Amino acid sequence: MAKVLVVDDERDIKDLFEQHFRKEIRQGELAFVFSYSGEEAITYLQSPEHEAVLILSDINMPGMSGLDLLKSIKERYKTPPPLVMMITAYGDEENYQRAMQLGADDFLTKPLDFKSLKEKLKTKIP
Amino acid sequence: MDNSIVPLAISVVYAVRFRKYAKINRLPQWENLFRNALFFASLLFVVEAIIGNSNYTRWVWHLLLLALVFVPFQRSEFRPMRSYIIAFMPYVLLSLVNNFCELAVPEFFKTYEAYFFNGIVLTFIWLLATLYSQNRQFKAAEKERIKREHEDEINRAIAIRKTELEGLVTERTAELTRQKEELEQTLEELKTTQSQLIQSEKMASLGELTAGIAHEIQNPLNFVNNFSEVSNELLEEMQVELDQGNHEEVKQIVADLKNNLEKINHHGKRADNIVKGMLQHSRASTGQKEAADINVLADEYLRLAYHGLRAKDKSFNAKFEADLDSTIGKISMVPQDIGRVILNLLTNAFYAVTEKKRALGEAFEPTVLISTKKVANGVEIKVSDNGFGIPAKIIDKIFQPFFSTKPTGKGTGLGLSLCYEIVTKEHAGELKVTTKEGEGSVFTVLLPV
Repeated sequence: MAKVLVVDDERDIKDLFEQHFRKEIRQGELAFVFSYSGEEAITYLQSPEHEAVLILSDINMPGMSGLDLLKSIKERYKTPPPLVMMITAYGDEENYQRAMQLGADDFLTKPLDFKSLKEKLKTKIP
Repeated sequence: MDNSIVPLAISVVYAVRFRKYAKINRLPQWENLFRNALFFASLLFVVEAIIGNSNYTRWVWHLLLLALVFVPFQRSEFRPMRSYIIAFMPYVLLSLVNNFCELAVPEFFKTYEAYFFNGIVLTFIWLLATLYSQNRQFKAAEKERIKREHEDEINRAIAIRKTELEGLVTERTAELTRQKEELEQTLEELKTTQSQLIQSEKMASLGELTAGIAHEIQNPLNFVNNFSEVSNELLEEMQVELDQGNHEEVKQIVADLKNNLEKINHHGKRADNIVKGMLQHSRASTGQKEAADINVLADEYLRLAYHGLRAKDKSFNAKFEADLDSTIGKISMVPQDIGRVILNLLTNAFYAVTEKKRALGEAFEPTVLISTKKVANGVEIKVSDNGFGIPAKIIDKIFQPFFSTKPTGKGTGLGLSLCYEIVTKEHAGELKVTTKEGEGSVFTVLLPV
């Protein structure tokens, strides 16, 4: 079972993920953990038993932004760092470039297309 | 000859006086006549000097004097001179009587010669005294006349000056009226400009918000789209579960669907509120107070301000927190105006922390906090930041119109002055600031309830 950490300041994102991945969760293929800020995500990742293999993070968050989080994760985990996929508003070229520079593994735009996300997760998660 | 000096002197004095009078009163014949009399008197005197005194010449003197005295006395043109003539009369008559008596009744004359002599002396004194007195009266009258002429002249000059001044006053009044009208027009223009400025300040703050608004509308829309999509999928799954007779799962899905519809509704309303708020913000204030929820305003504008700045400047980031007192309930206020105050204070707070972040870098954690609290005499709204604070030397100026520390073009300098107006004048509340240089500022709005 692969664990995915979702980071977004919008709490309703939890319901969306849990419903979209209903079957996968029930069948034990995927598990989701949610953090509502960059700081919370860092705290979670610091716990030894976190097991997250993929991180899905919003960029636009108050306080520690998704990009700060990305930078921090990529610096901390030399080999092999967890996969990090960034999510941001549509057409934000600047953040896209920054995320790529910082080593993001993929880039998604809001509103999330869960079908293609599902496809991506299937191929990315080992 | 000695005897003749007196009649000569009298004739000369008398004739000179009358000639002058005739001249002044434009009586040329009379003037001539008196000149001739003068001439005649002089001639008579010279003749006497040559041939010696005689009774004949004495009578000629008498005739001359009688003529001089009585001819003008009867003429109306010499009426004003009568008192003058009367001065001479006693002497002329008495000297005539004297000589007549001397000739006609020498005995009688001899007996009373002393009386005659005294009489003549008396008439002569009378003549001198009268002349003297008349001269004085004349001089006084002349003085009075000159004085009156002078006064008339002054009055004339005053009248002329008065006319001039009246003209000047009319001119000045016209000028002042024109200036007053100009000033009134300028005032009108200034009032228009002021309201335009206030409107442009509103629009400027709206401009700051545009990106935030886009973000804030996009977010709930995303949820609406995502929740409706997932609900659609859930319905398909429910169909499958129903076919399989899996009731527990169906129940679970129904609960989720209900939850999703609530979420869709919630996010739809959220977007709706943002759009309404934006419209309200750009509209001229109605000034109408209504019951509104200060917490909703605080939360909404906190997000708008944050995302607005964030969208304009990608590198911008700050922690923000809202500590809202849920016991406040709805209070009476002009929501778009109070919203504007909150937005302004928040925008300033975010600006302050951004400046500090730019200066200090990583080590600094920018934080903006908005809190609401029910207090004894109303509701308190606090906006705090941990920026650089406000220097003591400008603290007195921050609420003044057009005062801005932002670079030219970045701020209108009207934000805080408008806030001050809205809070203190429109809502009879208080707007206060406490600040510590280098550590941050707290703006406190007190709205009386």
